[in-house]
Amino acid sequence: MLTHLPILQVILPLVAAPSCLIIRRASLVWLFTLAVSVAALAVSVLMLQQVYTAGPISYTLGGWQAPWGIEYRIDLLNAWVLLIVSGLSSVVLAAAHTSVAREVDSNRQTLFYTLYLLCLAGLLGIVATGDVFNVFVFLEISSLSTYALIALGRDRRALWAAFQYLIMGTIGATFILIGIGFLYMMTGTLNMADLAVRLPALGNSATVLAAFAFIFVGICLKLALFPLHQWLPNAYSYAPSIVTAFLAATATKVALYLLLRFTVTVFGVELSLASLPLESLLIGLGLVGVFAASAVAIYQVDIKRMFAYSSVAQIGYMVVGIGIGTATALQATLLHLFNHALMKGGLFLALAGLVYRVGACRIEHFRGLGGAMPWTMAAIVVGGISLIGVPLTVGFVSKWYLIAAAVDSGLWWVAVLVVLGSLLAVAYIWRLVEAAYFQPPADATRGEAPIGLLAPTWLLIGANLYFGIDTRLPVEVTAAAAQFLLGGAQ
Amino acid sequence: MTESTLLQLALLIAPLALVGIQLTGRWQNLREVVSLVAATTLFAVVVSLYQPVLDGREIAAHWLDILPGLALAFRIEPLGLLFALVASFLWIVTTVYAIGYMRGHGEENQTRFFGLFALSIGAVMGIAFAENLFTLFIFYEVLTLCTYPLVTHAGTDKARQGGRVYLSVLIGTSVGFFLLAIVATWLLTGTLTFRAGGIFAADTDPALLSILLVLFVFGVGKAAIMPFHRWLPAAMVAPTPVSALLHAVAVVKAGVFVLLKVCLLIFGLETLKSIPATEWLLYLAGASILLASIVALRQQNLKKRLAYSTVSQLGYITLGALLATSAGMTGSALHIVMHAFGKITLFFCAGAILVAAHKTEIDELRGIGRQMPVTMTAFLVASLCIIGIPPTGGTWSKWYLMLGTFETQQWLLMGLLMLSSLLSIAYLLPIPLRAFLSGEGGEKPLVDGAGEASAIREAPLPSVIALTVTAVGCVCLLLFPDTFYQLIKSGI
Repeated sequence: MLTHLPILQVILPLVAAPSCLIIRRASLVWLFTLAVSVAALAVSVLMLQQVYTAGPISYTLGGWQAPWGIEYRIDLLNAWVLLIVSGLSSVVLAAAHTSVAREVDSNRQTLFYTLYLLCLAGLLGIVATGDVFNVFVFLEISSLSTYALIALGRDRRALWAAFQYLIMGTIGATFILIGIGFLYMMTGTLNMADLAVRLPALGNSATVLAAFAFIFVGICLKLALFPLHQWLPNAYSYAPSIVTAFLAATATKVALYLLLRFTVTVFGVELSLASLPLESLLIGLGLVGVFAASAVAIYQVDIKRMFAYSSVAQIGYMVVGIGIGTATALQATLLHLFNHALMKGGLFLALAGLVYRVGACRIEHFRGLGGAMPWTMAAIVVGGISLIGVPLTVGFVSKWYLIAAAVDSGLWWVAVLVVLGSLLAVAYIWRLVEAAYFQPPADATRGEAPIGLLAPTWLLIGANLYFGIDTRLPVEVTAAAAQFLLGGAQ
Repeated sequence: MTESTLLQLALLIAPLALVGIQLTGRWQNLREVVSLVAATTLFAVVVSLYQPVLDGREIAAHWLDILPGLALAFRIEPLGLLFALVASFLWIVTTVYAIGYMRGHGEENQTRFFGLFALSIGAVMGIAFAENLFTLFIFYEVLTLCTYPLVTHAGTDKARQGGRVYLSVLIGTSVGFFLLAIVATWLLTGTLTFRAGGIFAADTDPALLSILLVLFVFGVGKAAIMPFHRWLPAAMVAPTPVSALLHAVAVVKAGVFVLLKVCLLIFGLETLKSIPATEWLLYLAGASILLASIVALRQQNLKKRLAYSTVSQLGYITLGALLATSAGMTGSALHIVMHAFGKITLFFCAGAILVAAHKTEIDELRGIGRQMPVTMTAFLVASLCIIGIPPTGGTWSKWYLMLGTFETQQWLLMGLLMLSSLLSIAYLLPIPLRAFLSGEGGEKPLVDGAGEASAIREAPLPSVIALTVTAVGCVCLLLFPDTFYQLIKSGI
């Protein structure tokens, strides 16, 4: 049983997805989905333990040996990301029942959970697999289900947002496919480990560089790296709240994982960071993203949209970490991957609570919210503080490592800009605090969000605080993962 | 009990008091007993640490490592103990005062008030005993956050307005400048631990150190150096005990205490002297002293005038620290104590006048000395203490500050200090003098500001006792400054 963990991780939600259609009753489907997601979480916990103690797991699908057959390869990096994805998915799902009942038409709720599981399967598949074509397949599974999930939003603009994402996402996926094609053409293999062995021999051939460019741009589209982020704010703001929370906590993280996997493992630091000017490109784009997106966030009226722009900014920080490229910097990125999932998961779930009560979450709905929904608002404030990066929250930990990494590499200006970027976060969080605690309530009839939403929200917000104080687990795992990543690339 | 246990006890008493106060919230008298017992115990604990610290014993407690090199840890050094002594003693007195004030004034949400009050003192202890900048920063922010509901206690629009300024200035400066300075310090030196003589290497670029010093001085918004002083007058919407203990003692003193500690234990006096920015900041502090005094002159609201006076006096402390001499430091540290006793008395008086006569404006106070002789006598004594003339303790701190400017031959600053002392005579002394001397002749006796026909009497007994105690303290400090002086000497 234990030897089959890697495939179980993916196959469980994949098979469970169509089964939802048989169950049909919304609350039963929800329970079933939740059970599946928790099972996936259990699998990823077991795998992380195994990888941490015994080293990487290689699993050959159907017994066909790599590089001919498909290999699932779990090392510390993807075990970590798998844990984040399945964990956040489970917490978000726990809140889904209450929120979805309110936000999705009742005849579509079964469909919703089916799509959710498909999306989860796709995301887990991307992370678990060690085969580049498999990456593309799972990418399409997760993307297609994501488009549909976004389109389930009640707001008619959700359709348009989904369509926009469909176009952009398809371009991204196609680029990735073209790149994979080039790689196959040059090396005759699709296995990541095998590619990593064969590619250095080819040197800087134009085809390899073209492959790299296509894959890089394709992934950046899915990642919503500035300036390819246009689809993200729309998609996040018009999708049902649960979908937003799910995507914000997992989808961008998986794209970031792909970026790391391709630049560091497949192409190797030699090619991607040393011989190409990728370092300055990633740092530059990341920082511009931080400032541009944060500045735009300050002026947003719709708060979901504001946090969506904030996500673009946070992705900037993670990309800066990859750009710096040292072990500490990669560790900062991996930490922020986890931390940002906790923050944004918690924040969007808190917003889901507001949407549940009010039906929307524009800035004027925040007026007097400190009195009307004290717990929800407190969650938003703590999440916001974590986003800013104040000590004793997780946000501080990852920023600390990022700054330390920048300075270790002599990039003083990057360190200063990272700190200044946090000030912009203060500006947009402060607007919410001011509205919620300093302005009189718009109407006094609102109550606190239901416990079904509040409990998962506070689970994540509490994790923001817990892992901000007891930092051992994330710091140790990411330190080992970053070491492994750089060591394994040679 | 070991000294380390005592240290941790000092940190934990106040949060425990919060729990006790919340639990006993329904029984007013019991709740007040909890406050008083906690305050007295805390003071006793801090006092028991006095001798060991004077003997140079190492007293520390290590709680946990957040990240490698970043720890939540505490270590007592003499200046911190000085600050803790003052804050914990005045907590007792303020609690007594607050009991009279809050009941006399019929304030609501008293349980919340006393609970947060205790928590604020807990944060002050954290600041006083912090072993490194990181720990200090955390408690600094906690103090801001738990005093905010106290500022907006009244819940009116005006209170909220004040609270907004309060929070935005304090959080803004601390995250924008202070945190930045802390991070930069760590990056430069790899440590945040306070150390005698400073932590910067001798060959650190002076330009960089200049920027850092500026960031620290502006970042510690609680020190209320102009132009980041606006929060202090804004905080005057709070109930008077809050203004008295927190905005004349705990919060503002936390600010200047942090500056003192940064100057002494992060930069070190030698380094501080050599930084170009020190000179500029000295003049900035001087300007802050003078401008705030002038503004104070023009305030008609009693608490506002006292607030601007505080801004001015905090400038003295900052200036003394930046002089980077032993005399300047001593003056600053002594002024933390002297000003604390003087200003808390003044606020106690202001509150007593409000409770007993419902008056807040200065020109309404003519002749009030005859109805409230104790209060106005205390006011007079405390004014002298702020100005710095005998028979009060303020004399000592002003003396050392003058000595500091003399030693460094900062004649301009010396003149400035004198001028500002004159100004403080002008804005403080007329209040008690007019209260006693004017208003005779044909004028009828003062009537209650609330329009009630009853004659004005002294404020409730607990309040009067409290303000008498602190006023007597002002005088005693003239006679026995040695307790504090020894402590300061061992710290510098």
